Amino acid sequence: MPDLLIELFSEEIPARMQAKAREDLKKLVTDGLVEAGLTYASAGAFSTPRRLVLSVEGLTSESRPVREERKGPSVSAPAQAVEGFLRSTGLTLDQLERRADKKGETFYAVVEKPGRQAAEIVAEVLEGVIRSFPWPKSMRWGAGSLRWVRPLQSILCLLSDETGAHVVPLTVDGIVAGNTTEGHRFMGMGRFTVTGFDDYAVKLKRAKVVLDSAEREAAIWQGAQNLAFAAGMEVVADPGLLTEVAGLVEWPVPLMGRIADQFLALPPEVLQTSMKEHQKFFSVRNPKTGRIEGFVTVANIEAADGGEVILKGNQKVLAARLSDAKFFWENDLRVAKAGMGEWVEGLKSVTFHNKLGSQADRIDRIAALAREIAPLVGADADDAERAARLAKLDLRSAMVGEFPELQGVMGRYYALEAGEKASVADAARDHWRPKGESDSVPVEPVSVAVALADKIDTLTGFWAIDEKPTGSKDPFALRRAALGVIRLVLGNGYKLDLLLQLLNSIELHYEAANRAALPALEAKIEQDKRVKEAFIEQVKKQLGDDVVVTHPDELRDRSNRMFARYGGLSGDQLRLTHAKLSDLLSFFHDRLKVYLKDQGVRHDIIDACLAMPGNDDLTLLVKRATALSEVLKTEDGANLLQGFKRANNILSQAEAKDGVEYSFGADLKFAETDEERALFAALDKAEATITPAMQAEDFGTAMAAMAALRAPIDAFFTAVQVNSDNQIVRRNRLNLLHRIRAVCSGVADLTRIEG
Amino acid sequence: MPHETTTPRSFQEIILRLQTYWAKQGCAVLQPYDMEVGAGTFHPATTLRSLGSKPWAAAYVQPSRRPTDGRYGENPNRLQHYYQYQVIIKPSPPNLQELYLGSLAAIGIDLGLHDIRFVEDDWESPTLGAWGLGWEVWCDGMEVSQFTYFQQVGGHDCKPVSGELTYGLERLAMYVMGVDHVMDMPFNDPDAPIPLTYGDIFRQTEEEYSRHNFDGATTEMLFQHFKDAEAECQRLLAFAPQDPKSGKRIIMAHPAYDQTIKASHLFNLLDARGVISVTERQAYIGRVRALAKQCADAFRQTEAGADL
Repeated sequence: MPDLLIELFSEEIPARMQAKAREDLKKLVTDGLVEAGLTYASAGAFSTPRRLVLSVEGLTSESRPVREERKGPSVSAPAQAVEGFLRSTGLTLDQLERRADKKGETFYAVVEKPGRQAAEIVAEVLEGVIRSFPWPKSMRWGAGSLRWVRPLQSILCLLSDETGAHVVPLTVDGIVAGNTTEGHRFMGMGRFTVTGFDDYAVKLKRAKVVLDSAEREAAIWQGAQNLAFAAGMEVVADPGLLTEVAGLVEWPVPLMGRIADQFLALPPEVLQTSMKEHQKFFSVRNPKTGRIEGFVTVANIEAADGGEVILKGNQKVLAARLSDAKFFWENDLRVAKAGMGEWVEGLKSVTFHNKLGSQADRIDRIAALAREIAPLVGADADDAERAARLAKLDLRSAMVGEFPELQGVMGRYYALEAGEKASVADAARDHWRPKGESDSVPVEPVSVAVALADKIDTLTGFWAIDEKPTGSKDPFALRRAALGVIRLVLGNGYKLDLLLQLLNSIELHYEAANRAALPALEAKIEQDKRVKEAFIEQVKKQLGDDVVVTHPDELRDRSNRMFARYGGLSGDQLRLTHAKLSDLLSFFHDRLKVYLKDQGVRHDIIDACLAMPGNDDLTLLVKRATALSEVLKTEDGANLLQGFKRANNILSQAEAKDGVEYSFGADLKFAETDEERALFAALDKAEATITPAMQAEDFGTAMAAMAALRAPIDAFFTAVQVNSDNQIVRRNRLNLLHRIRAVCSGVADLTRIEG
Repeated sequence: MPHETTTPRSFQEIILRLQTYWAKQGCAVLQPYDMEVGAGTFHPATTLRSLGSKPWAAAYVQPSRRPTDGRYGENPNRLQHYYQYQVIIKPSPPNLQELYLGSLAAIGIDLGLHDIRFVEDDWESPTLGAWGLGWEVWCDGMEVSQFTYFQQVGGHDCKPVSGELTYGLERLAMYVMGVDHVMDMPFNDPDAPIPLTYGDIFRQTEEEYSRHNFDGATTEMLFQHFKDAEAECQRLLAFAPQDPKSGKRIIMAHPAYDQTIKASHLFNLLDARGVISVTERQAYIGRVRALAKQCADAFRQTEAGADL
């Protein structure tokens, strides 16, 4: 059983691409080998900045022979048909077999494909993989036409078995595969020959290359910690940086340095970000002061002087970087202490989106919306507005200009410097959150009010200008914004009429768009009240009843107000606005489904709850869905569902057949059996519990009471034939079934539950 | 790899060593282009000569101007006028990285003592309609050069591909000589009868040009000159190739490209004067790019830019 070793040696591969590249190499090559009829025992892939390596063990030495048989035309068929068959099989007439069957004689083509040598297959597969490798970005070089991430310099491709190591004959764009490679760029001693993976790994290490990125990561982390520990310090963990740095070196040599005193007063986030982004340094903290006081850089060479020159150089570059940062920080502090007016002015000239105005316009809208939302989340409206007005000012600061990832963090520092309350300053940092799935949700009410207003404004704005996400394209991160709203509401358990807030937000967009024309319009409307009334009547007519939303009246009134105020809207535009709002709400519902599905709530359960009124109150919706999900997990719940469905089916069929609705007047006096009477009693009892529970939004109690109907319903169906010959009895029973439907339907639309 | 281990003593010695080194590697050592450009890439020896299939190898110093970087001579590293060293070889030789490392050794960087790294950095020039893949080269954590394999210039695929090296000379020299402020750097030999520092030569001009770039230049005139350069470029390219006077086929690709260079610099000046808004900015860049593309199209029709 031969082993296969492949090394693709190139100029420096970007660190961020290495992990995926080695996995791609493994998958594409092994898939190709298997598809060509080989099998293997195990495979491992490795990467360094200059090489991608694949080792496959226990490869079969040749593929199995394959015999293919194809039936052709009848021997008596026209010559054309026979010729066609010969063409498609690549055989000549005398190579075909004739076999007798019922209809006479038929041609058969029998092709025996002999097994192929592994070397031949490997060469073919590897060439294909190299030529179509899925690099995120690739290039040409020199006069060649091959594409690789950076110039590919050599290919090592070896099959080794008990007879020795054999180079797989392969040439790709002039590069001839061989059995040699080279080690470290500066510490290696020229090219050397290898005979297999073990030999390769050993010789590489001798030539100062650590092949395995995990081993390099471990060495860096261990080395960095040792250096810090010896100085009484600790390294700040950063797994992303560790992986990146391991992708920049073949022979990691950690070196530790100190940050000059003059920079120690900078915020720790600034020190960390500057060192990480520009220099790829790890931060080193002094546990006694809690400050970042040092750094670890990772060199790629064991320098003759122990790294003294390298460290000095790095320290110098860091000093220049931190001088810039200090300059930014001090300038920003000056602006902050003066009340940040310069930044307020500055944001007026920054376009947020050419159809949605400037950042200043956006802040005005967010501030107004934050005021509306504030009381609903327990925040002071003035604080919320103030926070919204401050939250994005740091976008104009020099520091955020240099390090965009510090937005918010800097905003908080500057707001505090400007003398703002802590809760207001915190909102500058926290209104951006949650930033991703792993980020937690802010809980401080002022932060939440601004965070919600910010995200809702973004969503309604992009919906208004038809820039919705499509497929995989979501350039404005609107899915994340919607999920942010969902998590903010659910995480804090707020009762928030989302639709009304969306409408508030849309209104603010219209107001902004029509601000210039507004005084004239209002004056005109005041002058002629009849015009206004006629307007409103017309709108009501145009809107009709096709606007299906959960607050139809409120929506209509509010829209009319908008229409009257921002008279630029036509009835069609208004209808469009409603359509967009409904669409945006569905978008929220879709995000919610994805979110709840991750939490283990089935999509049909969510659908059953979405069909109920008040579905823009996300907290209510989730409470309902969770309770329903729980009750359906119980035996009673699952069986009740069957009972409900049976009742509903019988009732629906009868209603369809009879053309009437059996919705009233089930009377105990027409009950004939004990089971019927028991069901009456059970329904009375259930209703008495369910009605107040539903009013209190206590879905758990309501659904438990509903589930308790299971036994009487089952007993009823076992003992009673609904379609009695006696029409009075039959009608009474159908009306009784209606009570089951009514009781259950108040909780959720159970017809949407599967199973 | 020849190791020149002595440390250069002056800015000009570094330039001279680079010139000697790249001359030895077979590059034609050209002189700077005689126009105001933002970077060595704008020299037609790079922009235009990277097009077409004819082999090419050139190295040169290019004074470069970035009006917005003016700091009145006070910032230790930032200048509105500085020098780049540029090497361009087509097709890119397979050992270009080694040749580059040799040049570092030539200017006194001991490769056994320093940490040299090739860190991903893709290059793009929106005004030239050009891009390439490569790295920024780090020496002990400091970026000392840009290393690029050109993929497209002026909207044309580069076939074959040129390898381009750009050294920021002041920064590199300061590092090699251990100087902290650019103005303190010896320009000629410090033991010369008349020793001159970088500041002796450029402090005053940095002040003058900083004032000019930020406040002095007449914006109406600059806007007009931009329009003129744009129009002239297009007018020159509209001529029929056949020259009636000489009877030869003469496409005026280089004179037209000069106008593109002018337009680009005028745009940079207007930008420094702060009179171009964010949205207009993109439009101006697009206009310069359109000119660069037309010049590239024209150059491809000439003998120097053709495919063999």
